[in-house]
Amino acid sequence: MTPFRTVRDLLVWTMLWKEFLQLSRDRLTFAMILGIPTMQIIIFGFLVQTQVRHLPTVVWDQSRTTASRELAQRLENTQNFLIIGQVASSTEVDQAIGSGRAQAALVIPVEYARDLKRGRTASAQLLIDAQDPMTATSAIAGGQAASLATAIALRPTAPPPVDLRVRPRYNPALRDAVFIVPGLIGVVLTITLVLVTAMSLVKEREQGTLEQLIVTPISRQTVIVGKIAPFVIIGLVQTTVVLVLGKLIFDIPFRGSLVLLYACTLAFMIAMLGLGILMSTVARTQGQALQMGMLILFPSILLSGFIFPLAAMPLVARVAGMLFPVTHYLTILRGILLKGVGLDALWPSALTLVVFAVALVTLSVTRFAKTLE
Amino acid sequence: MSTRPPDHPGLADTPAVDAHGLRKVFGELVAVEGIDLRVERGEIFGLLGPNGSGKTTTIRMLCGLLVPTGGDATVVGFKVGVQGELIRRAIGYMSQKFGLYPDLTVRENIHFYASIYGLRGGTRETRIDQLMAELKLAPRAGQRAGTLSGGWKQRLALACATAHRPSLLFLDEPTAGVDPAARRLFWQTIHEYARTGITILITTHYMDEAEQCGRLAFMSKGRLYAVGTAAEIMERFHQPTLEDVFIALQERDEREAA
Repeated sequence: MTPFRTVRDLLVWTMLWKEFLQLSRDRLTFAMILGIPTMQIIIFGFLVQTQVRHLPTVVWDQSRTTASRELAQRLENTQNFLIIGQVASSTEVDQAIGSGRAQAALVIPVEYARDLKRGRTASAQLLIDAQDPMTATSAIAGGQAASLATAIALRPTAPPPVDLRVRPRYNPALRDAVFIVPGLIGVVLTITLVLVTAMSLVKEREQGTLEQLIVTPISRQTVIVGKIAPFVIIGLVQTTVVLVLGKLIFDIPFRGSLVLLYACTLAFMIAMLGLGILMSTVARTQGQALQMGMLILFPSILLSGFIFPLAAMPLVARVAGMLFPVTHYLTILRGILLKGVGLDALWPSALTLVVFAVALVTLSVTRFAKTLE
Repeated sequence: MSTRPPDHPGLADTPAVDAHGLRKVFGELVAVEGIDLRVERGEIFGLLGPNGSGKTTTIRMLCGLLVPTGGDATVVGFKVGVQGELIRRAIGYMSQKFGLYPDLTVRENIHFYASIYGLRGGTRETRIDQLMAELKLAPRAGQRAGTLSGGWKQRLALACATAHRPSLLFLDEPTAGVDPAARRLFWQTIHEYARTGITILITTHYMDEAEQCGRLAFMSKGRLYAVGTAAEIMERFHQPTLEDVFIALQERDEREAA
């Protein structure tokens, strides 16, 4: 048995030699493999900002007093607003917001300073263009902060009735990149391992080389291992690229065990490879494989909690998200990197990933072997 | 061309192909309807017939690419479906698609298939050089297979399929889309292979190629008709040329279908 075994092992190396030679020639795939993580980290790391800052704001100050100017200043100090000009009528307010020149307007009535002086509650109005709820939330929070700051400035001695101290943990500066970048590993691996694997297998079938391989003494298992092993290696390289760039550019914390992270990554990659192989058994052309890949990719991004928090989703969407391995993988990534927790906290997600990996690989390899007949 | 006999002869004193009642059904469609076929060692055996007559399905069953629905067959003495790996070591297969890696060079393609057939080190390099010389591929050694024209691709595919010196070569429409000069060169090579004792089982549409075969069999609608030399077949069907036999069979199929 031993000599046969040695020959089989050599054949895997032959397959790997061929795969890497092809990858080095196929510039598009090669660019995808290194370009995707780099491009994604730039796009998602720098450009996705869920906190809306510096909303262009106009002020209609009818009070024209030091007190009213202070209120406007406090609003701007929250950094959620940027005062771009003064207006002199309600028509002008409507016109500024309507045209999109301003997204908020502060209206201070004539009696503002007088009410303050008399110890009465002074009111002012903050109008917000609330088409985008995220912008509106940020503006409302800014308005409340400015209002509170004004109140404290006016009565510094009065103790507040309740003092609720909020302490944000794991990402105290509330930086979006800290939340987004770890999740990128999941998205990048989904693209490579599902899409690129499926396309590579379909290509081999289209060329007739898969059939040619099957009439040689090489075993079917060796063909499958030889086809997917390069993508495991590529996936590990991509994971490392995102981690290193995340650390260097965005200072993403590495609080937990990297060994555990790579172990879970392997389980996730196997699940994704299974999905890729499964797709290759259904798709007849590379174009079809690409379209099916998109069908997996979009829900993976939208339902996994990659950008939109799971807590914000309706129950149906959350349950649907649980059906995607990437959702569980993101929990693990953030748990390890940001919270620094171990398997004692993450075992349900890790176990789910392993179940997905075993099920998908068994299903896909069985189906794939059948299509080789 | 070396006169060395093939490296993988299979079992001694057995026919190259011996099939009994070989049958393949795809769902409702009967692709091959219980054929008996015997190909002797060292023959050039041609399988002719219109598209969809079951030629390719027959070859694919013999190679182990399709599992027969019924019947049994031996290839170089090994049982189809049971001794698949032994069969695959002894045969070469070249399909219409050629099965080449377009992004690898001519030499890399041969290198890959030679390695898959278990050749290593100096033996492999010697064999590659020999194949390149025999099939006159040397001038294109460093060219990507995807940029070759039909004739070159065909010879490269032949080199890949014979890297392990098989004793039986299956050629499934190997000359489709290849120019006449390349076809002539190809057939010279096939005859040289036959002289060294390699058995050739070839399917084709071209009647001039059919005449190059020692024996022929016509296939039509999954059945095998008329096995024999070209002269015998023309006589049996009372037709002056093989082409007339071919057309007569095709017309009969169409009448039956109507």
